[in-house]
Amino acid sequence: MSGHDDEWEFDDAAPGDEHAGGSGFGAIQVYLLGFLLAIGLTVASFWIAGSSAVWGPGIPAALLALAVAQMGVHLVFFLHITSGPENTNNTLALAFGVLIVLVVVVGSVWIMAHLNHNLMTMDQMKAMQR
Amino acid sequence: MSKGPTPSDVAAAYIQHGPYRVGYNAHGHGYPEARGHGAGGQAPRRVIVGYGFWIFLLSDIVMFSGFFAAYAVLVHATAGGPTGRELFDLKRVAIETACLLASSFTCGLGYVAATRKRQLETQFWMLATGLLGLVFVILEVLEFYEMIVAGAGPDRSAFLSAFFALVGCHGLHVSIGGLWLATMMAQIWLKGFRPGIMRRLLCFNLFWHALDIIWVALFTIVYLLGAGA
Repeated sequence: MSGHDDEWEFDDAAPGDEHAGGSGFGAIQVYLLGFLLAIGLTVASFWIAGSSAVWGPGIPAALLALAVAQMGVHLVFFLHITSGPENTNNTLALAFGVLIVLVVVVGSVWIMAHLNHNLMTMDQMKAMQR
Repeated sequence: MSKGPTPSDVAAAYIQHGPYRVGYNAHGHGYPEARGHGAGGQAPRRVIVGYGFWIFLLSDIVMFSGFFAAYAVLVHATAGGPTGRELFDLKRVAIETACLLASSFTCGLGYVAATRKRQLETQFWMLATGLLGLVFVILEVLEFYEMIVAGAGPDRSAFLSAFFALVGCHGLHVSIGGLWLATMMAQIWLKGFRPGIMRRLLCFNLFWHALDIIWVALFTIVYLLGAGA
């Protein structure tokens, strides 16, 4: 073990570390702000899903946008992943993770939709053309 | 016996005075304060541990994306059985969501209290986190039980297999997280706020917050899109 274990004043930040530069907010205030934002986004999601205030076909897009926004809130306010230079490694790893997730999910849905379409039986094909 | 420097002496002198000595780059320029940028030696342990655990969490999220992809592909493959619209109870999901979100918040407060070395406050917030997580798991088990009793178990259709796999995997993560939480509480109580325990607590916090992020994707894609839209 070297002498400089677990000191704070270095370049890189562990994910979950508070921003060394200080955002002007205390640690608890950051969690509180994130909590309030997350509550607002969650309530909005549940409200939109059950209401007729939003144009029907637009609801899935609205729900996905709210979910992405809430994940962003969690990342910034709870996990303290920021765009600052001390977080470069964490952000790059996150970006790679997001890339793989998108490839897996979008790729699977895309390929399986094509397979479904191309492997349709004659009856289904006729039913679609009607 | 020779009296010249032994090979290990040469190596030691090189490490202390050579161009690659700790704190200096290949050209002998010193940046003793720079860490993690190719000069200045390795980062502090909490940064290395936190980063490694962050990589694990991202790979865990990649694994979840496989379950999400399977669910998205199979969501309409109900084989004549019940659909999500008939099965999902959004009131219960809202309570589950509130529990998990609140537990993420109390978990953060517990970590702040731990960095300030306040034993009772830390234990209180971690206990609150654990109880909220327990309510979440109980509600989820109840939901699974009711569905299986009603004949909508994982063997009913491909849709339900994918549903139980995805939601069950998340519930399993929360349950294991609860065991980890209890272990951390005992360690902090008995051993205090040692650096090693604080690193573990940092990892636990990351784990718990990541579970909440996965739950956001889950309640949106599975429950809200399945029951409402």
